[in-house]
Amino acid sequence: MKATATIVLTSLLIVAGIVPRPLIATEIPASERRSGYTFMGAETRAMQDDDTTNPGMLGVLDGEALWNRKAGSAGKSCAGCHQDAKVTMKGVAARYPAYDKELSRPVNLEQRINLCRTRHQQAEPLAYEKHELLALTTYVAEQSRGMPITPDPTPELQPFVAKGRDLFMHRQGQLNIACTNCHDDNWDKHLAGAAITQAMPTGYPIYRLDWQSLGSLERRLRNCITGQRAQNYDYGAVELVELELYLMARARGMPIETPAVRP
Amino acid sequence: MTAALINVPKKAKAGDIIEIKALTSHVMETGYRHTATGEVIPRDIITSFTCRFEGDEVFRADFFPATAANPFISFFTNASKSGKFDFEWIGDNGFSQTASASITVE
Repeated sequence: MKATATIVLTSLLIVAGIVPRPLIATEIPASERRSGYTFMGAETRAMQDDDTTNPGMLGVLDGEALWNRKAGSAGKSCAGCHQDAKVTMKGVAARYPAYDKELSRPVNLEQRINLCRTRHQQAEPLAYEKHELLALTTYVAEQSRGMPITPDPTPELQPFVAKGRDLFMHRQGQLNIACTNCHDDNWDKHLAGAAITQAMPTGYPIYRLDWQSLGSLERRLRNCITGQRAQNYDYGAVELVELELYLMARARGMPIETPAVRP
Repeated sequence: MTAALINVPKKAKAGDIIEIKALTSHVMETGYRHTATGEVIPRDIITSFTCRFEGDEVFRADFFPATAANPFISFFTNASKSGKFDFEWIGDNGFSQTASASITVE
């Protein structure tokens, strides 16, 4: 009886807003996982499905041109080493971020492209969120379209995945809210007019209609962190890559959709 | 970098109404935005789109600053005979982009 009374009292206090709601932080069961695609309206889904209406495909076209263009003082193109991306890049985006031994840290696809530029092409790294880097990344990631996400099992990566999970579960910012409070606990609800999705990074880089351009997962993460009113991480920060690693682990087995269209 | 994506049915029967879709990459900068230091970002938009079939104009649209980046156009026309559609986008700062696609009418 006493236990029941306590539960009733606590519930009343929660409803009254006196006691904060406990952090539930349960990850989504495999059978209930959904791509952001399934939360969108029919028109936006149709736009993604047709390669001649999907504006992300413009990035793929530009990326293909960049893949074959020589860059840097080494006078090499991406194709010069990796030949046909349709063969050599198949499945790469499905297993990224990967561990870079030289840096002793994980790197995402954008960072790998820039490492290739500085190490092998003797070229300047491309700036984050500029069209050239997004186009190349989208072109590489599109080669994995339809393939299941298969995170890299390298043991050195695992501490970074765990850190990413901690970041995801950790309340922060002026709103004192964690990623999990929306994306695990409330994904079936709306935030203002927008659907809260499950944070499954299946389609990056995405074409976001709101942005009127392609954008990376890092940009999306920084948007959410701003929404938490928290101190943001710079592009390329290891924390963002750790979050990316954890999100890819959440989405294990779900098919890559790049270039996805999102509202 | 510019690119265009065109969707014209490869085949149609004479008299069919066909849908044509055209997407091109463009920033469509309105001219109404300012930088952090207050300078106006100059207008840079596509101003006109034309589709010709074997030289005859079949569709034309004028664009204004309220159009989103990477404009997408869809329109319908009659399939009368086999031939080539030519697409042309013209815009600020001498922007010009062309594309073409052929159709076989049986």
